[in-house]
Amino acid sequence: MMFAKRINKGNSGYFFIAPFFIVFLLFGLYPILYSFYLSLTNWDGLNDPEFIGLANYARAVIDPLFLQSLFNTFFIWIVSVVPQLTISLVLAVILTNKFLKGKDFFRAVYFFPNIVTAASLGLLVSLMFDWQTGSVNQLLMSIGIVDNPFDWKNNALFMQMLVSAILFFQYFGYSMLIYIAGLQGISPEYAEAARVDGASRVQIFFKITVPLLKPIILFQVITSLIGGVQIFDQPYMLTAGSGAPDHATLTSVMYLYRTAFEQGRFGYGATIAFCLFLVIVTLSIVSYLVSRNRSKIS
Amino acid sequence: MNKQTVSVNKGNVSIEHRKKKRAQASLYLVLGLLAAICLFPFYLMIMYSTHTNADITSTFLFLPGNHLLENLSRMVENVNIFRGFMNSFIIAGGSTALTLYFGGMTAYGFSKFKFKYNTVLFLFMLATMMIPAQLALIGSYRWLGMIGLLDSHAAIILPAAANTFAVFFIKQFLDGSVPDDVLESARIDGAGELKIFHRIILPMIVPALAAIGIFTFIGAWNNFISPLVLLFSEEKYPLPVMVAMIQGYYDTDYGLMYLGVAMSVLPIIIVFSIFSKRIMGSVAIGAVKG
Repeated sequence: MMFAKRINKGNSGYFFIAPFFIVFLLFGLYPILYSFYLSLTNWDGLNDPEFIGLANYARAVIDPLFLQSLFNTFFIWIVSVVPQLTISLVLAVILTNKFLKGKDFFRAVYFFPNIVTAASLGLLVSLMFDWQTGSVNQLLMSIGIVDNPFDWKNNALFMQMLVSAILFFQYFGYSMLIYIAGLQGISPEYAEAARVDGASRVQIFFKITVPLLKPIILFQVITSLIGGVQIFDQPYMLTAGSGAPDHATLTSVMYLYRTAFEQGRFGYGATIAFCLFLVIVTLSIVSYLVSRNRSKIS
Repeated sequence: MNKQTVSVNKGNVSIEHRKKKRAQASLYLVLGLLAAICLFPFYLMIMYSTHTNADITSTFLFLPGNHLLENLSRMVENVNIFRGFMNSFIIAGGSTALTLYFGGMTAYGFSKFKFKYNTVLFLFMLATMMIPAQLALIGSYRWLGMIGLLDSHAAIILPAAANTFAVFFIKQFLDGSVPDDVLESARIDGAGELKIFHRIILPMIVPALAAIGIFTFIGAWNNFISPLVLLFSEEKYPLPVMVAMIQGYYDTDYGLMYLGVAMSVLPIIIVFSIFSKRIMGSVAIGAVKG
């Protein structure tokens, strides 16, 4: 009772949000700032970090393996995200059609791969595409498409595409659900009015649905960018941590992991993390500006 | 003349009708095919976990075999998979409990109290959602080592008390469906602030907690990189890390690996088949209301 009387409403507000911010400072913000400090040092994980200024950053911008990992990450991301965002939009439009039966079933099945453990899925695909024992080669051979097993894992481009395909597989259902939620927020009167004026379904899709969904599309691009830059679990398990062949599936976070936790170059690992962050921020701003300029024109 | 045009029209209608039917059938075919692609790998995974290594390496398998128990007993000999289950439950359960309790508390603070910097702090919190988790990884590694939390489940569970997405989600719910009058009358009756939160607010936000709880549980169950980096003792590994270990050590025992993958995914399949509507609903709410 005394407690309730002594504190006014304002102070109890702070009281309720305090635990969150204490934990956030201890396990969120402080480690981030500390990572930044470590990115300016040489730290082997055992001895004390030695301050070296921006030397790690100077090294990162000319490190061929880091640059390749950045290229791999974005290549894999773009190859997966473009079909992901277009096909899921089409599916969302189809699965909000009131005449279609079994909508809930299809939505659930398409979303399902999204919640499956990414690391396990990576290993599963790795097993399926194994040269000698994989089910894919055995299926192809048993129905007579190929005579000899194909060595998928030695083909750099194929392996990059395979990672993209896993990401597509895991995320198209998620994008679809977000588009569906967005579509349900659009009044059906717009499409109705256009239909009365004689617009075709395709015209309605491109001239009405897509422009009205623009904020949702931007949201999807930016969130998938942040997620895409962090790709780790699937390629790591797919290639048993190697990024094979020829570093083609070595993503930036895999390179970070390898540099810091396998080779003990923690300072440089932290630098890689911050370089990645800079790339994300830049690209998020660019995609925001691009979408704003476009809507100004139209 | 008149009759003829009528019959021609009728013909047109039925052709159009047939065309529409055919279009619809092919639409269902495409949707069905896509659904099959989504489920097929998991079907294969379960089938392959019931076969011997020799069967798996020699031919394509579509039907179940009868070596599941054999594979399972070999797995139990090699890795402590039940320990992995328990670790995953401890990590996912602990993270979920912290996320719900402190997420509810923080959301309540932001939603129902008009203190200074309320909006600023809330926006600051939302902005942190843009920061990728890897940014803190190496700093955490040293910092957790300094305070003695490295190689402990607490290192992975504790940060869940600051789950920004949960706060955002629960606050939306509180703003929309818990009226301020309820709080006023409880205060007049002399209830303390914490008591109001525990006895009145928590029961009222159960639907939001349930949705975010399932989500947090799945996310924590699937987390791979933090336990991989922050845990060293095998007996503390959760399932995904244990599966990675199986790949490293027993990479020629395919039955074992398929079974490991299946066991790490099975709880997720069960959770999803029970709560699929709720899970999908909360994806949509969380994404669009912002």
